[in-house]
Amino acid sequence: MAKSRGFVAVNTEECKGCKLCVDACPVDVLSISSLFNVHGYNHAEYEGQGCTGCGVCFYACPEPGALVVFKNWEKVRMNYHVIEKDIVIPLQIKDAKKGIAMSEDGAFEVDLSQFKNLHFTE
Amino acid sequence: MSGQILSKSSGFFDDYIHKPGEDKSSTHYCPGCGHGILHKLIAEALVDNDATEKAVFVSPVGCSVFAYYYFNAGNFQAAHGRAPAVATGIKRSLPDSVVISYQGDGDLAAIGGNEILHAANRGEAISVFFVNNGIYGMTGGQMAPTTLVGTKTTTTPYGRTLRNEGYPIQMAEIIASLKAPVYVERVMMADTKSINAARKAVRKAIKNQVEKKGFSFVEILSTCPTGWKMTPVQSQEWLISTYQEHFPLGVLKDISDQVEPLNLDHNYAELSQVPTLIDLPKENFEVHKENIPDVVDEEIIVAGFGGQGVLTLGVWLSEMGMREDLNVSWIPSYGPEMRGGTANCNVKMSTKRIGAPVIAHPTVLIVMNKPSLDKYGETLVENGIMLYDSSLMGDDLERTDIVKIPVPATKIANELGNTRISNVIFLGVLTGLSDFLDESVVRNTLPMIFKKRHLLDINLKAFERGLEISRAYKK
Ligand SMILES: Cc1ncc(C[n+]2csc(CCOP(=O)(O)OP(=O)(O)O)c2C)c(N)n1
Ligand code: SF4
Ligand code: SF4
Repeated sequence: MAKSRGFVAVNTEECKGCKLCVDACPVDVLSISSLFNVHGYNHAEYEGQGCTGCGVCFYACPEPGALVVFKNWEKVRMNYHVIEKDIVIPLQIKDAKKGIAMSEDGAFEVDLSQFKNLHFTE
Repeated sequence: MSGQILSKSSGFFDDYIHKPGEDKSSTHYCPGCGHGILHKLIAEALVDNDATEKAVFVSPVGCSVFAYYYFNAGNFQAAHGRAPAVATGIKRSLPDSVVISYQGDGDLAAIGGNEILHAANRGEAISVFFVNNGIYGMTGGQMAPTTLVGTKTTTTPYGRTLRNEGYPIQMAEIIASLKAPVYVERVMMADTKSINAARKAVRKAIKNQVEKKGFSFVEILSTCPTGWKMTPVQSQEWLISTYQEHFPLGVLKDISDQVEPLNLDHNYAELSQVPTLIDLPKENFEVHKENIPDVVDEEIIVAGFGGQGVLTLGVWLSEMGMREDLNVSWIPSYGPEMRGGTANCNVKMSTKRIGAPVIAHPTVLIVMNKPSLDKYGETLVENGIMLYDSSLMGDDLERTDIVKIPVPATKIANELGNTRISNVIFLGVLTGLSDFLDESVVRNTLPMIFKKRHLLDINLKAFERGLEISRAYKK
């Protein structure tokens, strides 16, 4: 599996299962889940690996808060040491500020607003 | 692409607090609807141009009627098609704001066709985003002016035909043919490349406004999967394979680099200058404020037939109210009875600000013919004053809870030698009876209305006769 330069998180409760992101993703790492969200839509999900962080799905998606794309994932991960190795799936975004990540030790909350203040080098 | 994390733009509310119901985090749009994509592009462009604080959204009628649920910006809800007119008002009164007129094709190209043309032609310094999805989405899939020939909709069940409905209208081309607009582009939201181009166009239209460049218009070919009865993915494919052929993409006009920033400063009269400008010099006479009550809230209907000076009497009353520093409104009321030769007007005079100028239950009723008595007699409030022309009708209104004053106005007017002055007689009676009309104000105003000596003389006589009648009744 190619190294994941990016990471995409689906806020399953805001997704309407329209499939536009799935169709748009150039590396085919998104699909529609067999699980339903509260609204009754089969939501999108990320395979957990292979996202390049290109952001194409973000602009394809009509829902303002359904997708969050992290571009420089390796760096983000390093800053969030709690997120172990590659097992960060699924990262659920509760709103623009809070997220839930899963590690081998279980679920934990991630403060996403802090991500905006991180400085990365390309 | 900006930043390292792409997430919900701060141009949106964190929680959609204005949205009713439990769900405050997802939009009301159908799955895959283009409106959502455009919303994201606009929110991002506002943030990137540092314009969220001064952004005012004008939402249309159509599926995007609820845009105010989402954008963390000011919002006005315009009547169908009127967003450019509302945007004009906002931009002119708040020149530093960033005003966005967001409209669908039913809204902009059908019912609002006139509004957009003139706003564009005036070169209003606003940004217009025109969502061309080829259909009326909100109302359930009727034909829009942009619908392609052959397309079946609920109102073109056999498909649009040239014979019946004409050609799909190309708004961007029309707008670009006008002199004033500085930037007109047609884009599409169908795949990565086109969405990226749309993103740039949206950004430019907003940047132009921030830089005071003038009128920017972006037409966006967008999907309505529900109205089109296609999946979102099929809808986007159809935009690419079919729709764009009829609405060629590209920049149709861009002179934004060549024009100087507009001077959007107010160049309007100060409120205090208005009386002079409309020839209402106040300094000519004294207003005895002590003669006018602290609280005035009168709703006056004047009704009669054309030629009796019904509308004019209303205008005078409002003019006198203005001189007394009251808030006033005057509207002639056009009903089907206009054709029957009758006329009426609604006048409000108040120490409070006036909202709607229409009157349901007048406090004062001046009726100059029988049909008006029949029509309005019952609407008068309890203890209201009714002046009626007793030379033309009897008092057969069965109400004892109002003050009825018979005024033989036509008879007196004839005696004085001019039937047309009966309205001044009513003015005299009302001045004598009411506390909200100061006699000296009325007296001093009449010479400004009747500038010719002989007209003034006869009208002053008529006014005195009216005052005389009022003396028989206590104030
Ligand atoms: C004065 C008036 N006339 C008609 C309507 C009914 N109406 C509501 S939405 C609409 C059409 C909206 O179509 P469009 O502008 O294409 O927006 P969309 O819903 O496709 O986004 C109409 C005719 C109305 N609300 N007000
Ligand atoms: S584009 Fe957005 S709403 Fe549609 S399936 Fe993907 S995440 Fe869900
Ligand atoms: S009806 Fe069409 S335009 Fe309206 S929200 Fe649904 S898809 Fe969008």
